[in-house]
Amino acid sequence: MSGPQLWMLQRGSAMLLALGVVVHLVTIMVAVRGGLSAAEILARTRGNAAWLAFYAAFALAAGLHGAIGLRAIAAEWLGWRGRGFDLAWMAVAVLTAALGIRAAYGLYSA
Amino acid sequence: MSEKTLEVSVWRGDATGGAFARYRVPTQANQSVLDVVTHIQREIEPDLAYRFSCRVGMCGSCAMEVNGRARWTCRTHVSRVAADGVLELRPLANLPVIRDLATDMAPFFEKWARARGSFQPKDSLTGEVPHDFAVVPPNSQKRQAADAGIECIGCGVCYASCDIVAWNPDYLGPAALNRAWTLANDVRDGANKARLAAVAGDAGCHACHSTQSCTERCPKQIDPSGSIAGLKRSLFWGALGR
Repeated sequence: MSGPQLWMLQRGSAMLLALGVVVHLVTIMVAVRGGLSAAEILARTRGNAAWLAFYAAFALAAGLHGAIGLRAIAAEWLGWRGRGFDLAWMAVAVLTAALGIRAAYGLYSA
Repeated sequence: MSEKTLEVSVWRGDATGGAFARYRVPTQANQSVLDVVTHIQREIEPDLAYRFSCRVGMCGSCAMEVNGRARWTCRTHVSRVAADGVLELRPLANLPVIRDLATDMAPFFEKWARARGSFQPKDSLTGEVPHDFAVVPPNSQKRQAADAGIECIGCGVCYASCDIVAWNPDYLGPAALNRAWTLANDVRDGANKARLAAVAGDAGCHACHSTQSCTERCPKQIDPSGSIAGLKRSLFWGALGR
């Protein structure tokens, strides 16, 4: 993947996360302060495609954004550069996103 | 002349290493840091190596680290940077040291070449003289964008102040990228596609974190950080096919 593409992906995912993190935090606060039980949370997320879509996009953006950022930090601070490291960071991105999406799907299909 | 003196520490050594030497230099009115270095070489230590030429802020050869900050020494008054009468002088950071205060500027200018920092006339690809003068309206947006960065004197202050250069020796650096941006806005130039490709990626403009030390310290008040943002914008629209 080229420099401009990585940069666009990083900026694009940042925009998505700016919105997503706010929604995520507000959701947590509402759930905790409202005293929702696990069963009540599941009742809201089960079969709800909107929550699934939101958290799938959120997890994908977080996985990509985190891995691209860590790639830059590792290159600058540790000198980890090159194709091997790039493939490893891609694996980190995919794994992070996949774990998040699996969790979102778990809430959807529970 | 007053009796007061400056306490001056000068880094002395070469590529293999070195240490600070201390000198006492008489304080004078309207004294530049370059005056101080010249006094040391002429009156105290004839083998002190440093570099200067014009002494009036045009040539860009006398930059050094003054009390921890890269500056053009000919235009830096001692009274502005050493109120307590203490000066510490080092060679520019991020460049190989030749000896004492003289650094090897070759890597700096090699990166200008790598960033395609030379003008490639669109109208005479084989180098022949064009038939007519190119007319570039001074008020046009592109000309003004080029004007904003064109006064660079190549002193290396921005390059020595850049964290990214320190972290990634391949990074082209603020001066080379600023030069590329001025040419990207030159409507007479025909090599912009290759230039934008040369300045993209991990060694190019996308490595910049926009921390703006270059802009903060440029003695010519150029904004290399803004130029780098311009390159990112151009590459963004280019990647979208516009």
